Amino acid sequence: MGAIGEGLRRVFELDTELWRIVLLSLEVSLSAVLLAVLLGLPLGALLAVKRFPGRRGVIVVLNALMGLPPVVVGLLVYLLLSRAGPLGELGLLFTPGAMIVAQTILIVPIIAALARQALDDAWREYEEQLRSLGAEGVQAALTLLWDARFSLITAVLAGLGRAAAEVGAVMIVGGNIDGVTRVMTTAIALETSKGDLPLALGLGCVLIAIVLLLNSAAQLIKDAAQRRFG
Amino acid sequence: MGVICSAVLALALAAPAQAQERFITVASTTSTEQSGLFRHLLPIFEKKTGIQVRVVAVGTGQALDIGRRGDADVVLVHARPLEEKFMAEGHGVKRYDVMYNDFVLIGPKSDPAKVAGTKDVAAAFRRIQDARAPFVSRGDRSGTHFAELEIWKLAGIDIAKQKGPWYRDTGQGMGPALNTAAGMNAYILADRGTWLSFKNRAELAIVVEGDKRLYNQYGVMLVNPTKHPNVKRGMGQALVDWLISTEGQKAIADYKINGEQLFFPNAGS
Amino acid sequence: MAASILPLALDNVFYASNGQPIISGVSLAIEAGPSTIILGANGAGKSVLMRLMHGLLAPTAGSVRWNEQDPASLRRRQAMVFQRPVMLRRSALANVLYALQLANVPTGERETQALAALDEVGLRHLAQRPARVLSGGEQQRLALARAWALHPEVLFLDEPTANLDPAAVREIETVIKAFDAAGTKIVMATHNLGQARRLGDEVIYLQAGRVMERALIEQFFASPATADAAAFMKGELPWV
Repeated sequence: MGAIGEGLRRVFELDTELWRIVLLSLEVSLSAVLLAVLLGLPLGALLAVKRFPGRRGVIVVLNALMGLPPVVVGLLVYLLLSRAGPLGELGLLFTPGAMIVAQTILIVPIIAALARQALDDAWREYEEQLRSLGAEGVQAALTLLWDARFSLITAVLAGLGRAAAEVGAVMIVGGNIDGVTRVMTTAIALETSKGDLPLALGLGCVLIAIVLLLNSAAQLIKDAAQRRFG
Repeated sequence: MGVICSAVLALALAAPAQAQERFITVASTTSTEQSGLFRHLLPIFEKKTGIQVRVVAVGTGQALDIGRRGDADVVLVHARPLEEKFMAEGHGVKRYDVMYNDFVLIGPKSDPAKVAGTKDVAAAFRRIQDARAPFVSRGDRSGTHFAELEIWKLAGIDIAKQKGPWYRDTGQGMGPALNTAAGMNAYILADRGTWLSFKNRAELAIVVEGDKRLYNQYGVMLVNPTKHPNVKRGMGQALVDWLISTEGQKAIADYKINGEQLFFPNAGS
Repeated sequence: MAASILPLALDNVFYASNGQPIISGVSLAIEAGPSTIILGANGAGKSVLMRLMHGLLAPTAGSVRWNEQDPASLRRRQAMVFQRPVMLRRSALANVLYALQLANVPTGERETQALAALDEVGLRHLAQRPARVLSGGEQQRLALARAWALHPEVLFLDEPTANLDPAAVREIETVIKAFDAAGTKIVMATHNLGQARRLGDEVIYLQAGRVMERALIEQFFASPATADAAAFMKGELPWV
């Protein structure tokens, strides 16, 4: 318990450095969530709405991809973005951009799979009416997405949670560079490996607090919207 | 659709925008970074040249691999045989000595193998093996790990064959390995820098130091721009030149932890 | 002026689901003019027949043919109201606008037409209310407004008042009568005899997926041709 107290004190001594780490963590994970939402929600919606041969197989694979180990994703993205790799020209390795790419890949399956599940239920309610009005395929998927937007918040939060918590992917593709690609999780790993456990604990508390804050905010929005729109 | 395109575009633009900043990437080792040397040294260089130095600190093997892939402009490690192999493969322009620091043998204050105070580290290792005292090895192909293996050889011990349950091959970095040793009250070979910054000492202390065979030589190499055209030759060479210059060497010597000098510049020799 | 999409011709239509036959050999033509009631007990296949006619289901055998080839045009010109209205999570007005947008009505005209449709069903004052907080009866009226906003030639209604209280039922029937008077062809499924009498001109009596009888309303009620139909009418409670 005392270690946590000391850790928090040390953490707040860090000041500007702490700010930089926290802001970078938010920038990377929120960007990844944004991209994953843009890619994953339409994917989940189309899977909920369209019937095609092999659909069940795709759903099984998508659900399985939710469990992608972050460190494996990190390694694969590293090989892709390395100068010796196919996308080396982009010069993204060891930059926050690479971290965003890796985290996006990690959480697209989570958002898509959870969205599909939520939208499957919604589609059961809406399908007849939407088809009767003449909405099919992409149009229907988009309408469904927008209407189910508040129940999709859960899927988005799950993705955000995964991104904010992982260290394996961002460590490998970011390189944990002091002042450039160091985020909360890699900082915690670093301080732990240096044996500075109180500081690591302190950072951990800050990370948990931030995630709790984001979740609470999302829940409040969800509740308010439910009251208003029914 | 429009939102997706803007997002992807923003991401793509962020990358080249960073390329326009004046920076170089240096692949080095975790123990070097954790010693705090870079935080002391690099601001001096950056102030003088305006070049931002980004250090990716990983294990020695991975640092050289990063250099081989052309993902770094400069490589700074402390494993001479591996550095010479790197040069022989044509990945580096020229190898320079920069500095050395030393390893120290850490052990429990109770000292079951009775090695404290000796100046012969190979003899100390023999006594540890005889006593079957707990010993933690990094086991991760790092510079420290190679140094440890060398000492077993010097002690006449084929450690791969002669190890027992007392020898713990952890596959960890220096910090975690020290944590493990602290937890087990074991002997461990560590670089002085990491030891000086290590806060979780429990019952451990330095038991053997000063043996010349414990000296750990650092070498710096500019990654070869002929093989890897993206290497920032001018700025990378500027760092190499500065490190071996009088000014850089003095900055290295000035770095102290608790009043103790950690690294000993030897670029001229 | 384009030709009417009617008559709608069903030719020996079969529909089975999971091996169970639901519609067995229905052949009929829906013409313009009199409002048509599809009458039958629960399980007779009314809802499935409605969906086959509207186009939500494809027959497993036989054909369903309109007098119009272009599917997009067809979509605009016949609409359906379901037993349970499904409203989008937006305002009442926005729900009607949605239907107009799907039909590619020019943006400038949408709001006017939507408000007019709300006027027709007496919901203008609730235009900005979130549709999902409206009462059952109001939502069903909104569904009617939405269906009617495009002035379809044919309006299918699948037991539209089955879930509503008597006051709401009256409101819905008023609206349906108004649409009928305005020239829309009404095809409505119900098992409510009183409603059938109030709104219908002709009856198609369906039993076990087959058309048993087709007659004008008064004739059917006076003397149903089949024993089954007679039994059905006796068994149904007289709803006011």
